[in-house]
Amino acid sequence: MAERRLVLLALALLIVSAGFMAWKLRAPFGFILELRGIKLAALICVGAATGAATVLFQTVAMNRLLTPGIVGFDALFVLFQTLLVATIGGSGVARIPGVVQFAVEASMLMVAAAGLFGVLLRRDAADVTRMILTGVILGVLLRGLAEMVQRLLDPSEFTVVQQAMFASFGAVDPGQLGASFVVLACVLALSWRMAPALDVAALGRGTARGLGLDHDRVVIAAMLMVAALVSVSTALVGPVTFLGLLAASLARQLVDTHRHAVLIPAAAGIGATILVAGQFVFERLFSSQSALAVVVEFFGGLLFLALVLGKARA
Amino acid sequence: MIEVRSLTYRVGDADILKGVDLELPEGGITALIGPNGAGKSTLLHSIAGLNRPAAGTVRIGTLDPFAASGPARARTVALLQQTPVAVSRLRVRELVAFGRWPHHRGRVTSRDEDIVDEALAAFALTDLAGRQVETLSGGQRQRAFIAMTWAQDTPWMLLDEPLNALDPRHARDLMARLHRLSRETGRSVVIVLHDINAAAGWSDRIVAMKDGRVFAHDTSTALLRPDTLAAVFDTPFDVLEHKGRPVVVAR
Repeated sequence: MAERRLVLLALALLIVSAGFMAWKLRAPFGFILELRGIKLAALICVGAATGAATVLFQTVAMNRLLTPGIVGFDALFVLFQTLLVATIGGSGVARIPGVVQFAVEASMLMVAAAGLFGVLLRRDAADVTRMILTGVILGVLLRGLAEMVQRLLDPSEFTVVQQAMFASFGAVDPGQLGASFVVLACVLALSWRMAPALDVAALGRGTARGLGLDHDRVVIAAMLMVAALVSVSTALVGPVTFLGLLAASLARQLVDTHRHAVLIPAAAGIGATILVAGQFVFERLFSSQSALAVVVEFFGGLLFLALVLGKARA
Repeated sequence: MIEVRSLTYRVGDADILKGVDLELPEGGITALIGPNGAGKSTLLHSIAGLNRPAAGTVRIGTLDPFAASGPARARTVALLQQTPVAVSRLRVRELVAFGRWPHHRGRVTSRDEDIVDEALAAFALTDLAGRQVETLSGGQRQRAFIAMTWAQDTPWMLLDEPLNALDPRHARDLMARLHRLSRETGRSVVIVLHDINAAAGWSDRIVAMKDGRVFAHDTSTALLRPDTLAAVFDTPFDVLEHKGRPVVVAR
């Protein structure tokens, strides 16, 4: 049953994608299709990466409320971008090819995230409330740090950082997009292979170790994958904090299973569908350019509150 | 046989286990009793290879649980921990099937399915197999987790306070079930109990722990004496006899 719903989800994504590409198409066809194609690819890539990253993160954090966005994964990425501009300057950053810059920032994030969140999760995983508090405060701290470094920057350098900081699906670098798809495909394939181990890890550190699972290794591997996925989405369009929470919660409702082999693709598909459908509605029907990120954050934030207050089954 | 030699376990500056020596023969049910903080749970986790000791050794047959690979260890000894987490949207059958993980590591065979069915039947869970674990009562949930531990199909099964949150009927039912299954399959069960009479009624031998050491180790009838119990729990007890079994009453 879960697999059938996955197929339906794929169909839904296909339909909104087709609608996104073909709606009110006028000449010059080639040019418009290319523009829309790049945007569509970016939306799918970001949505899928965010959804998958959130499920992975929630499994190892033993927590259905936290997302990489809330604990400041993306803030860490912005901090690295800011530090890069601060050390070698805006023009220096501009001279580095987009793909190389992405690779450097992504690997820095993977190392830092695996260290930082790996330790945090191991020590605090038993205490859910403390874990949420620590996570949210850590997110604020990392954002604050990034902001502080930005204040120290030259105004002209700051604009370089600023461009990367706000979610925008309008200006996407095609080279980076290609690299992002390769990373996304690799991580999704890896997560699919690891799915049975992730199912066991979701039972909690104690039970998982009792069953002979090397729990620490699974947590580190999952954190590395989360970091890679967050790098993909943040580098492409900037931070979207609550999209992951929406995607993961809806995925759990939709496929109604604990199995990661289904859950991760479902969250990826829903993340992509939300972004493509949302962008389609706002750009084509309301002719509004930048509202999507705001609306996703609004509903994601509402869901977060509902989950915290109502302890709804996420 | 389980052999524990001068096992010491430390958390910060506190010694939780202070040189435990213990030999448990194969077969039957061994009850682990003692006051809160005596180190019962810690000893169980150490035998299962989950608490790396500061000093001392553990051998389960020839297996060193700290040197063995995770799956090899989990095929020899299964541990039911206190208050395991119920994953959302997990069904009873799926939970019990996790017991087979050390054997199949993700590639489920038909033999695994058969053993899961047997474990469900052995713990009267067949009718609940499709229910979500979250929706079960405390007693049913406890039974489901024990069935998972049983499905691990290990020669040794360690249970940390499985009677917690069970009413008298379900507690008795569980002990009787374990007693029968252990007789039928020859598997050895070590079980931490706070109810001394459950230990008196169903176990073949009792290990009494106090202050991180083994205080006494004997057959149920020989160990359950007023002076021994008073020394273990620092509280006076009377031991009566009922149908040939000792019955312990706090004075």
